Amino acid sequence: MKVRIVVLAKQVPDPETPPSQFKIDESSNSVITPNGVPPVVNGFDLNAVEAALLLKDSDADVEITVLSVGSDFVMDAMKKPLAMGADRLVLVADELLDKLDSSATVKLLAAAIQKDGPFDLILGGRQASDWDQAHVTLGLSEVLGLPLVSLVKKLEINGDSVSLQRLIPDGYQAITAPIPAVLTVTNELGEPRYPNLRGIMQASRKKPEIFSLDDLGLSPEDLTPKLELKKLYVPESNKQVELIEGEDEADSGKKLALRLREEKLI
Amino acid sequence: MTTVLLVAERDEQGEISQTTLQAVAAANGLTEAQVTIAFAGEAPSSAGSLAAEKVVTLSAIDASDSGIYEQATADVAAFAASMNPDVVMFNKSDFGSIVSARLAFRTDSALAADCIGISNADGAVSVTRPVYGGSALAEFEIRSTPAIVTLRAGAYEPSTETGSPSVEAADSTESVEQRAQVTDTVAEARDGVRLEDANFVVSGGRGLGGPEAFHVLTDLASVLGGAVGASRAACDAGWIDHSHQVGLTGKSVSPDVYIAVGISGASQHMAGCSSSRAIVAINKDSTSNIFKEARFGVVGDWEKILPSFIATVRELKA
Repeated sequence: MKVRIVVLAKQVPDPETPPSQFKIDESSNSVITPNGVPPVVNGFDLNAVEAALLLKDSDADVEITVLSVGSDFVMDAMKKPLAMGADRLVLVADELLDKLDSSATVKLLAAAIQKDGPFDLILGGRQASDWDQAHVTLGLSEVLGLPLVSLVKKLEINGDSVSLQRLIPDGYQAITAPIPAVLTVTNELGEPRYPNLRGIMQASRKKPEIFSLDDLGLSPEDLTPKLELKKLYVPESNKQVELIEGEDEADSGKKLALRLREEKLI
Repeated sequence: MTTVLLVAERDEQGEISQTTLQAVAAANGLTEAQVTIAFAGEAPSSAGSLAAEKVVTLSAIDASDSGIYEQATADVAAFAASMNPDVVMFNKSDFGSIVSARLAFRTDSALAADCIGISNADGAVSVTRPVYGGSALAEFEIRSTPAIVTLRAGAYEPSTETGSPSVEAADSTESVEQRAQVTDTVAEARDGVRLEDANFVVSGGRGLGGPEAFHVLTDLASVLGGAVGASRAACDAGWIDHSHQVGLTGKSVSPDVYIAVGISGASQHMAGCSSSRAIVAINKDSTSNIFKEARFGVVGDWEKILPSFIATVRELKA
């Protein structure tokens, strides 16, 4: 029996951008992409791609669709999940979809999933590395009316249910959920695999399937944000570090301990 | 008047959690606030003197629903519908994150997570939240009612105000079909102090170069009576278990002293330790971001610095 998995993926500014290069254009309340630093697929979403690929490793009849919404997609970035081994890439692309809040994003994803579905599992990363919200996958479960389990670190399909391990601070919960279900995957699942040459070649030949707002039966009014961004800025740091310098590094270590004692910190 | 429904949480001892007391302060900071505090299960006796108009108790959370919160969301949603508040406030905890998101999308309401500030003027609620892993702050005006928010731990001082709220049980709600079920909870072994409770945290990052170095950090942590932390890079490399990870997607710690060894200080990491009393940075790269965040720093090779540091700490402690 064919198992259809959809993985939600978001294009984000590279979070490895050094803090010194992180700049904001305060007039447009947006991040200035530093020259030569292309966007990437949100790293946490790649954990979700890896989760789907692990299922596919053990069952060839798994089909993995990667779904994203937005504008200005950079194909080199968005095709990475395909190069890792996903089967399809579906993009809801529209220049109107530049600044979406999570409520509009969920509406678009839900419409695309209903159009392209049905799916057995809907997987997302634990959060996005740009707006750090972790809402979209959770919200999608409500809009689609499906069971939700967050922070999954291990999963296994058993017929019409899925057995999960959910991360908690001091261990994990064992959870059983019926299929279809919505899951967020945490990075404790394991490192996403690197694409191999064959994967990269196959991905380069695949074309994304594009949905427009019209295709989904949605209009711009449906996507009115509930939150209005008023101001985006880099907070000023007023901390001044006190550097401890000894005659050599061993002496610095000793002086550091004595300084901390002086401040009654140890 | 601004009506606030604050969904409270308890700590391991069953008392009102410090983060809930912080949220009480945030709620009462709103103009003309009228605060109702809801507890899942029986309210602790100290709830009777919280700075609020009213304390209500909802059904206790069943173990099979803990972490999924289908029934818990239905209970909060039913009470919120009867109260029709302007703001529904949660902590940015596992419970708060899940129930707030479920509630917001179930009722098509605005949601702002992990806020460090909330205010209101002329009937509009505004929030401030860190974005881009803490590299930037964003201020939003919320355009619909209710505004559903989660608050970051440590953003406000815990409320010390007292009041004399009425305490009553909410009307019972129907039980919902619980689809996903928790069948077991497995605790993983931990030695020594809990990271979140430690007064001293010694953390290592990519600059340590390998797993062996964590033995030195463990040694230092045990001399200090503290716990060992790590950056995501060190955990992802497999040098130490993910349960030690400090940062945006790991644990949040607030020790007296946070010693960061070989950690560059990416904002995602700092999000988990910036409320420490003092950060001490040991790193061979003097341009590392960690030196912008630290109170004390040593530039150099940790392999040469730590042995004399540990020996001196041991002497001072003797």
